[in-house]
Amino acid sequence: MILSEIADILDAKVLCGDAMLNECVESAFGADMMSDVLAFVKPHTLVLTGLVNHHVVRTCSMLDVRCVIFVRGKQPTADIVEEAADSDIMLMTTDHTLYESCGMLYGAGLPPVERGI
Amino acid sequence: MTIYTEEFRVERGNFQEAGSASSKIKRTLKKMGISPAIIREVAISSYELELNLVIHSLGGTLKLSIDGSQLLIISEDMGPGIGDIELVMQEGYSTASESVRAMGFGAGMGLPNIKRHSHEFSIESELNKSTRIVAKYNLI
Ligand SMILES: Nc1ncnc2c1ncn2[C@@H]1O[C@H](COP(=O)(O)OP(=O)(O)OP(=O)(O)O)[C@@H](O)[C@H]1O
Ligand SMILES: [Mg+2]
Repeated sequence: MILSEIADILDAKVLCGDAMLNECVESAFGADMMSDVLAFVKPHTLVLTGLVNHHVVRTCSMLDVRCVIFVRGKQPTADIVEEAADSDIMLMTTDHTLYESCGMLYGAGLPPVERGI
Repeated sequence: MTIYTEEFRVERGNFQEAGSASSKIKRTLKKMGISPAIIREVAISSYELELNLVIHSLGGTLKLSIDGSQLLIISEDMGPGIGDIELVMQEGYSTASESVRAMGFGAGMGLPNIKRHSHEFSIESELNKSTRIVAKYNLI
């Protein structure tokens, strides 16, 4: 699914990386624990989270994640946005909850990550 | 055989810097032209090990070592050591504090995750002394 379509579905605001709007993700994963993100996320996965700190960006950068969506209207600070931009990660924020956001994307056909290598 | 090594000190409790050693290691591997799929696996292991050093150890080092066809990520610390290795390898087992969890870590997923994302994995530890963890990758 194309990131611009995801932004439309979630009525999400782009915080940085709008050049990536026409990139594609193959699956999505929602969690507030970066430990779980590390254990589940595959290449070309979209990450949705309600956690906002530098570790979100660093963890996603390690995993080559291209886009992170903050839920529940969470707003990262300017230095977090800057670190994401430096790491080539697109950030968005939506007012929907994690549950709603995941449900909306799942309903639109974006599949979950499969566990295992 | 030429051996390439890079070593980083990792301080206990320094969350500000947490991840910077792994990020440098990842950059080095990219420059060396190692395959992106392997780099991603190595990045996961080194980041998990680096965070464990910050969260659980009294401080230590994270080392990258490449010797021809073999790449190693080695974490060595100054304690406190691990008493029951089988226990810490169980998914979900964690001694992380509430404040660490609030930062998004401490689900007890790290060590099993490294095992899944490496070709060989070993833990040697002596309680009240030190822990040495190695994740090994075959480059060919
Ligand atoms: N270097 C270390 N020294 C001493 N104990 C350690 C060390 N690394 C891990 N441990 C112990 O092993 C447990 C499990 O580690 P693991 O990485 O699997 O999970 P975690 O770090 O607690 O959480 P997560 O990795 O999911 O964020 C830790 O909670 C800690 O008790
Ligand atoms: Mg860990």
